[in-house]
Amino acid sequence: MNKPFAITLDPGSSLANHTGSWRTERPVYVDRLPPCNNQCPAGEDIQGWLFHAESGNYEAAWRHLTTHNPFPAIMGRVCYHTCEGACNRGKLDAAVGINSVERFLGDEAIKQKWQFDRPAAESGKHVLVIGAGPSGMSAAYHLRRLGHQVTVVEAGPLVGGMMRYGIPKYRLPREVLDAEMQRIVNMGVRVVLDTKIENVLDTMKEGSYDAAFLAVGAHIGKRTAISDGEGPRVFDAISVLRGLENGEKIPLGRRIAVYGGGNTAIDVARTVRRLGAEPIIIYRRTQDKMPAHAFEIEEALQEGVTIKCLSTIKQTDPKGIVIEKVQADSRGSLHPTGEYETLEVDSVVLALGQNVDLGALKGVPDIELNDGVVKVDANMMTGHAGLFAGGDMVPTDRNVTVAVGHGKKAARNIDAWLRGTTYAAPEKHQIATFERLNTWYYSDAPKTVRPMLDVIRRQSTFDEVQGGLDETNALFEARRCLSCGNCFECDNCYGVCPDNAVIKLGPGKRFQFNYDYCKGCGLCVAECPCGAINMVPENI
Amino acid sequence: MSFQPVKFYQTGTFTVGNRLLEPDQRSVQANMERTNSLNSGHRACQGCGEALGARYAIDAAMHATNNQLIAANATGCLEVFSTPYPETSWQVPWIHSLFGNAAAVATGIAAAIKVKRLKGETKEDVRVVAQGGDGGTTDIGFGCLSGMFERNDDVLYICYDNGGYMNTGVQRSSATPPAARTATTMPVGAEPGNPFGQGKFVPSIAMAHEIPYVATATVADLRDLEHKVKKAMTFRGARYIHILVPCPLGWGSPSGDTIKLSRLAKETGLFPVFEAQYGEITGSAKIREPLPVEEYLRPQKRYAHLFGKKPAYETIVRLQALADRNIRRYSLLDKEAN
Ligand SMILES: Cc1cc2nc3c(=O)[nH]c(=O)nc-3n(C[C@H](O)[C@H](O)[C@H](O)COP(=O)(O)OP(=O)(O)OC[C@H]3O[C@@H](n4cnc5c(N)ncnc54)[C@H](O)[C@@H]3O)c2cc1C
Ligand SMILES: Cc1ncc(C[n+]2csc(CCOP(=O)(O)OP(=O)(O)O)c2C)c(N)n1
Ligand code: SF4
Ligand code: SF4
Ligand SMILES: [Mg+2]
Repeated sequence: MNKPFAITLDPGSSLANHTGSWRTERPVYVDRLPPCNNQCPAGEDIQGWLFHAESGNYEAAWRHLTTHNPFPAIMGRVCYHTCEGACNRGKLDAAVGINSVERFLGDEAIKQKWQFDRPAAESGKHVLVIGAGPSGMSAAYHLRRLGHQVTVVEAGPLVGGMMRYGIPKYRLPREVLDAEMQRIVNMGVRVVLDTKIENVLDTMKEGSYDAAFLAVGAHIGKRTAISDGEGPRVFDAISVLRGLENGEKIPLGRRIAVYGGGNTAIDVARTVRRLGAEPIIIYRRTQDKMPAHAFEIEEALQEGVTIKCLSTIKQTDPKGIVIEKVQADSRGSLHPTGEYETLEVDSVVLALGQNVDLGALKGVPDIELNDGVVKVDANMMTGHAGLFAGGDMVPTDRNVTVAVGHGKKAARNIDAWLRGTTYAAPEKHQIATFERLNTWYYSDAPKTVRPMLDVIRRQSTFDEVQGGLDETNALFEARRCLSCGNCFECDNCYGVCPDNAVIKLGPGKRFQFNYDYCKGCGLCVAECPCGAINMVPENI
Repeated sequence: MSFQPVKFYQTGTFTVGNRLLEPDQRSVQANMERTNSLNSGHRACQGCGEALGARYAIDAAMHATNNQLIAANATGCLEVFSTPYPETSWQVPWIHSLFGNAAAVATGIAAAIKVKRLKGETKEDVRVVAQGGDGGTTDIGFGCLSGMFERNDDVLYICYDNGGYMNTGVQRSSATPPAARTATTMPVGAEPGNPFGQGKFVPSIAMAHEIPYVATATVADLRDLEHKVKKAMTFRGARYIHILVPCPLGWGSPSGDTIKLSRLAKETGLFPVFEAQYGEITGSAKIREPLPVEEYLRPQKRYAHLFGKKPAYETIVRLQALADRNIRRYSLLDKEAN
């Protein structure tokens, strides 16, 4: 080649110079566990489904969500959404409205009639599920996905458990409940109604079942002896709610005392209020100590429910009930005062909690009880091999989401048990803490609030109280997610590397480091908004 | 019009890319087919702001000119780390001559292209950029630069300002900020570091030439930087872009802090980000989260003497006053507009 004066070498590329050898630390891509996912009792991959919702792909979002929880429309109404309490965005402005986006996806699925796929192959095993509440139906869904034949046996005339006979319509419209239940039946799950299991082992033998999951809930209302037959009639809250749901006429009268401070007390009071009654909640501690959620207490008060705190019911008397005033000292201990008053009421509804009906387990060997509920091991199995249990009947927080989570966990363990193995949960990633984020990169965006039904209609109808988001604001809300700990393809690492040492693999495929050239400066780690890159020392 | 940020798309235009934006709204750097004008294997330090700024700017210029671009480079880190004989990291036609004459070389190239087009030897509209460090621009190359401005030659000149002669061991330049320590400023005494009241801000001098376009930028706001390079390419005549590029070696900062420090320079007001046409300011990038200058100074060892056992409050206050003056002069605080 004809070279210019004093030039002896051909031009070469700096690609020959592998600057990766300078490195003492290397960046690696990681997935961290977002705090919302970590908190969700049903183990949803919230960040994962929000990722799809952000781009407007609601069906992909719904399918991703339902790999863990088949009931987004129900969740979006009754779940106490502790995920939002854990959401990192709460430290920035306000938590992402996870629950409202979930409801939007659930409602969209019902509208679009999206269905679950049937399993690709049948396992040949048959599992008995007892109780068609959230826990039983969740287990049925997951077992069916895993290819097992499932029969759900339910004592009542309809599926849903406490979601139908406890949670009132104005919080969970029955069309929504029915739609999400029917979708599971459509997968080929057999449901037998109006059949109470008297003995699990007998039923298993008769039906040649390979395993059973018990989820009978807690339906026996606790009672306290306050009546000697005179004066107002005494009911328990669960029977009242169930009776009203079934369209029965219950002689409650106009002035109704509801005894207790939990969500059930609030639901009974708000239900009878809608029927024209004047409910008064009697609770022995102060209002801030009520186990019911603050927002439910607030909504009840708005609707005209009265709450009488620091009071216990001593007994009924011909005119009504005798109430004793209670005093709370500075440490919160309660002291009876000996001061009484009589309250004129037509009936009393006890909302003092529920016990489990253990009838179906009578005579089953190796079952261990704990305070009236059934003990299970870490795999949701009772002391009796092949008999699993979950939901309200085991020691736990009693709510729909926990029950759904138990159903999933039990299904996975039943599946493993049927194969003669044990289920090994994948190892948990490290938590994506707020400190790991570079929040500079997120747009300022205030939370979207769901509309509420006006109070007049709430006092006289069973119309749903809380509205949903529409497409625009659901999309906006989804996009408030910071994608904590999981790459959302913002291209920052690809951009900020001064050495072109990040390879972009294309949409949905994320990135890769080119360690031939990465000098280990750490810029990508510092500028990753969601903390999905970790710096680890090189072995030198 | 200044760069208009997109809001509410999760990260809007704060991040390099954003899968939620329409493809034509995305940055050049987010593109899998970007030029990588300054390719891997260059010998810049870990976390070099100049290497990053050069790729950002030249890739954007390549994009804006449909790859019809020639670059002339002054001596300095950018030249030394990219072209040790016989290797080159440049994936654009690139020429190096001397420390002080990049602007003149570029003028010559522009003139040659003009002649070739007049003679019909080429139909391509090849554009020219000149680039150099702050030493090469504000000191030794300043005469050539001013000449290029005053003749309104069709060249975009890009200065990568790291506040000193970094390539030869961190000597002071006329762009070294007050109080910053270099190898050639007072190491001890009452007021160590670069004295107040000296130096020059070349963007203002460029504006005084009333050339078509002048802008400043940082490597912390890629979208703004790309917008300015592309906009510069829509003008004919002399254009000047001054980019703040942190130097981990010369500033004594961790290599992973390069972008953070650029961001803090802008957010504290110490480095005003603005643009001007024909001598008039036409817009400025607003401060998003106002911060005291300490936030910017403290992580850098070149300011360590301000934060010793006895903090140099007076000096810090004087630096804050400079920031406050910038905020007033360039209207940097206008939350509504951001
Ligand atoms: C009034 C009220 C309001 C509530 N509100 C909320 C709320 O807003 N959010 C929330 O998360 N949680 C709420 N809860 C709690 C929640 O409803 C329960 O924790 C949840 O339903 C428990 O699910 P499960 O599947 O374990 O049992 P259940 O839902 O109780 O279902 C058990 C099912 O098993 C059937 N069964 C029982 N015994 C037999 C048998 N021997 N044979 C066949 N079938 C049998 C029952 O008929 C029932 O259908 C509320 C509870 C009440 C009482
Ligand atoms: C005429 C001349 N004087 C001195 C030098 C030595 N020299 C090479 S690079 C450099 C400093 C460059 O500083 P700057 O332009 O700010 O670029 P940086 O290295 O900081 O990016 C000097 C002094 C030279 N090459 N030519
Ligand atoms: S910002 Fe998103 S990923 Fe992070 S905790 Fe909240 S919902 Fe989960
Ligand atoms: S920015 Fe580039 S060079 Fe620096 S650590 Fe990341 S990949 Fe490596
Ligand atoms: Mg310099």
